[in-house]
Amino acid sequence: MSNSKHQFCTFYVDDLFLGINVQQVQEVIRYQEMTRVPLAPKAIRGLINLRGQIVTAIDMRCWLGMPTRAADALPMNVIVRDGSNAVSLLVDRIGDVIEVDDELFEAPPNTVKANVRGLIQGAYKLSDRLLLLLDTNRALAECDSFASPNGKIAS
Amino acid sequence: MEMADDIVKEFLVESYENLDQLDRDLMALEETPDDRERLSSVFRTIHTIKGTSGFLAYPTLEHVAHVGENLLVKLRDGVLRLNAVMTSGLLEMVDAVRSILGRIDSTGAEGEENYEELVAKLERLKSGETSESQAAASATAAPSSPIVKQLATPAASVPVDFGKPVDQVEIEVEQVIRELSGEVTAAVSVSNASAQKRRGRPPGSKSKSRHSDAPKQNTPDPSAFADITVLNAEAATSSASAPPPVKTPTQGLTPVLPEAAAAETHDNNNADPVTHSESPGINPIKQQKKPAADGSQNADGGDRNNSAADSTVRIDVNVLDRLMNLVGELVLARNQIMQFSQSVEDAGLVAASQRLNLITTELQEGVMKTRMQPIRNAWSKLPRVVRDLSISCGKQVQVEMEGAETELDKTILEAIRDPLTHIVRNSVDHGIEPADVRIKAGKPVQGTLWLRAYHEGGQVNIEIADDGAGIGVDRVRAKAVEKGMITSEQAAAMSDREAIQMILLPGFSTAAKVTNVSGRGVGMDVVKTNVEKIGGTLEIHSVVGKGTMLRIKIPLTLAIIPALIVTTGGDRYAIPQVSLLELVRLEGEQVRKGIEYVHGAPVYRLRGKLLPLVYLGQALNTGGHAFDGNDAVNIVVLRANDRQYGLVVDKVNDTAEIVVKPLSRQLKGLNEFAGTTIMGDGTVALILDVMGLAVAAGLTADIKDQQHAHANTSGSNADAQAQSFLVVDLGDTRRFALPTSMVARLEKVPTSSLELTNGREVIQYRGELLPIVRLTNIFGSLSHSIKESDELQIIVYSEDQRSCGFAVNRIVDIVQTELRLHTTAGEHENLLGTAVIQQRVTDVLNLKNLALQGA
Repeated sequence: MSNSKHQFCTFYVDDLFLGINVQQVQEVIRYQEMTRVPLAPKAIRGLINLRGQIVTAIDMRCWLGMPTRAADALPMNVIVRDGSNAVSLLVDRIGDVIEVDDELFEAPPNTVKANVRGLIQGAYKLSDRLLLLLDTNRALAECDSFASPNGKIAS
Repeated sequence: MEMADDIVKEFLVESYENLDQLDRDLMALEETPDDRERLSSVFRTIHTIKGTSGFLAYPTLEHVAHVGENLLVKLRDGVLRLNAVMTSGLLEMVDAVRSILGRIDSTGAEGEENYEELVAKLERLKSGETSESQAAASATAAPSSPIVKQLATPAASVPVDFGKPVDQVEIEVEQVIRELSGEVTAAVSVSNASAQKRRGRPPGSKSKSRHSDAPKQNTPDPSAFADITVLNAEAATSSASAPPPVKTPTQGLTPVLPEAAAAETHDNNNADPVTHSESPGINPIKQQKKPAADGSQNADGGDRNNSAADSTVRIDVNVLDRLMNLVGELVLARNQIMQFSQSVEDAGLVAASQRLNLITTELQEGVMKTRMQPIRNAWSKLPRVVRDLSISCGKQVQVEMEGAETELDKTILEAIRDPLTHIVRNSVDHGIEPADVRIKAGKPVQGTLWLRAYHEGGQVNIEIADDGAGIGVDRVRAKAVEKGMITSEQAAAMSDREAIQMILLPGFSTAAKVTNVSGRGVGMDVVKTNVEKIGGTLEIHSVVGKGTMLRIKIPLTLAIIPALIVTTGGDRYAIPQVSLLELVRLEGEQVRKGIEYVHGAPVYRLRGKLLPLVYLGQALNTGGHAFDGNDAVNIVVLRANDRQYGLVVDKVNDTAEIVVKPLSRQLKGLNEFAGTTIMGDGTVALILDVMGLAVAAGLTADIKDQQHAHANTSGSNADAQAQSFLVVDLGDTRRFALPTSMVARLEKVPTSSLELTNGREVIQYRGELLPIVRLTNIFGSLSHSIKESDELQIIVYSEDQRSCGFAVNRIVDIVQTELRLHTTAGEHENLLGTAVIQQRVTDVLNLKNLALQGA
């Protein structure tokens, strides 16, 4: 019986081990100089020039409600496509691309914090740890509510 | 079925175009009802629509078109003469067709609407219910020349260009025959443009049918083609037996060649006998189906309306957009190369990058041009709008256009279409007076509406002017006061120019009567918003009794703009040059003297006018220049619509051409930014939104600015009109008030900076000693626990070159109110009286006297 498998691009945010379906990841690049955007919500760290395209960089730590990383720790960029825009998720460390059996998928466990749970589709129970599957669509949709610090609906 | 969808889609696209052309033609025909060519053209278009709608099984559409066609036949043949009633009827038919098409577009079906009334009306018109028709018919009977008459009828013919070498002509004809006999359907070009498009198709490729009775006419009459195959350039000249519609370049016929050629490509030959029977002298060829447009080419450039069509190509807008983006990227890369080449000694590199620079600029201009369309496209519907409106308003208005060929970017065109329509409707509805009023005023009965467009200073100017009644400025003022938008005092203080601008405020309308056209006051502010959205500005000029003129100014190119680069808080920002007025740099003394505070807000007196200042570092919360009284200050004077303000930045860098990239979805809500760009060194920079910054900084409207200026200079507050008061307290429950106009500025100083001299408290303030008067010393304090806070709130008051600072506990509020002073006997000499402000008993301070205390 063949199980369907999926490939995930994995990364670490603080002590969380997260993954995104490989199909959704455009590329992964090292730390890039960012231009900060004043008045933007805290989670938006800045803008990156990606071969001529301007990409918004979102700090995953901030988003998942985790403590800010050390000043000298440079995040990596996981570039995710969002329609015609690209968004960069700033993560601490990049993991390997791993292939996982669908069988191992289960609903987000309660051990995961509430605000994190809202952003993940579920978890894969790997032999040694839990891989949390990031729900990119929901995540990027949530992004829109970032758009205005006053809580206005962004057009 | 995909192919059906394609056919329908193409039918819709081309029909919409044709309907627009119909509008124009009918409007033109109203002026010149005997224009045979145009009548024929109109007929053919309706005929085509009728035919195709039959084939595509849209019975309602077919029916409506059919009835219109019947009327048009009579018009075309001169049996009836076009008059205003008929034109209206036909225009109604055009609208009906358009709405049916719209339903087909959105739902795929015609819908349930029936057009019996319209049909009946057209039938009546056709049977010559207008008394004119009889006389007219004879007067404008078909010209004697049979050729012309035949020309006026849809001619079936092979659209072959006789200018080509014979062999080629024959080949083309053969292609045509092959197509006809082989395929079920034959392609017909509904417009010349599509004829050109299809020219590229290889022969024998499947073409689409537009015939209602294509199924019936699978097999073309070979005999007719036999006639055609014989024809070649030479034969054509001599052959008299050739069916006249197949245009031979004989002397007599040459002038009408374009007409025929157009007829060929326009025609959708329908074998419906009813339509064609009345055309005498038409031979069997007429019954032919329209052959393939492959290889067709309009001789002599074809119908005058489509003369440009020969050399045009239809391109999907998305393709153009992508091209634009690529060019934008190229510009960025070019900028980077230029930057690098400047720091490198290599002459070869420098030369090559110069060439790259030149080429990129030209390419940029070229691509921009592809998206440029003449403003005529946006204006084309307006004559019709004016016509319909003036009829319904009972006025007479003519439209004059100037500069219709002025080109704009396509997106701008789309954006201004609606605003233009609204402005035009306003003009006709409210601007132009009824005939009797005009006569009394000595004006010609017919009002004129001018549409003017021209390029100036990197912008497109579009003017809409009328010779109507003008905008009654006083009425506007009165209306504004009535609506509570401003006070009567402000109204009086306002200049005419400012007053007129008020009609752009939401909800504003001085229309005595609200019609369903306009007058509800929801239009002009929307117009203004739409214009501003594309970076444009709107001006209104009006003279009562003479007329009104609105001018819209829009920047020419949207994507690549010249900008000023500034630095604040360590980051660079770009400011679009179109909003830039001037740069001011203040140093030393000028800083202290130049920057004043009104109501606590910094302003700079620029040549007499007060310019509100916005500190960019503060506006963006990034830190940055903090005015400390001695450093140089860089002010960028910007214009946001009619307001001006000065943006204080740390440093002014230089100007650059930047590619505007839109803000990403996540950032769209930030009004302070208009977009992003990539600088020459590859870093990302934000583009400031001049208007957004002004709004975010809380800069209020023009009117209030004037008010401040007034208040600042007048200083008197004797009137019982509403005035502005500063309400303060001294740390207990008592309230005190003083006229804001007497306040030079508000300062907060650390208590530690108070020094004692000569028994008086002073602080060092701007290089001078400012005596401080603690109001608690004068009025006592009712509070038991006065805690010495480490900050003092100082109200600085100046008079006769001398200043004095009043220390209070805190500023409670700034209130606009009418002052009703109660004075009681034995009043305190330091009080002007008592008043009730914000429902609290408040003592009004006599600053003059108080100042003496501190002197």
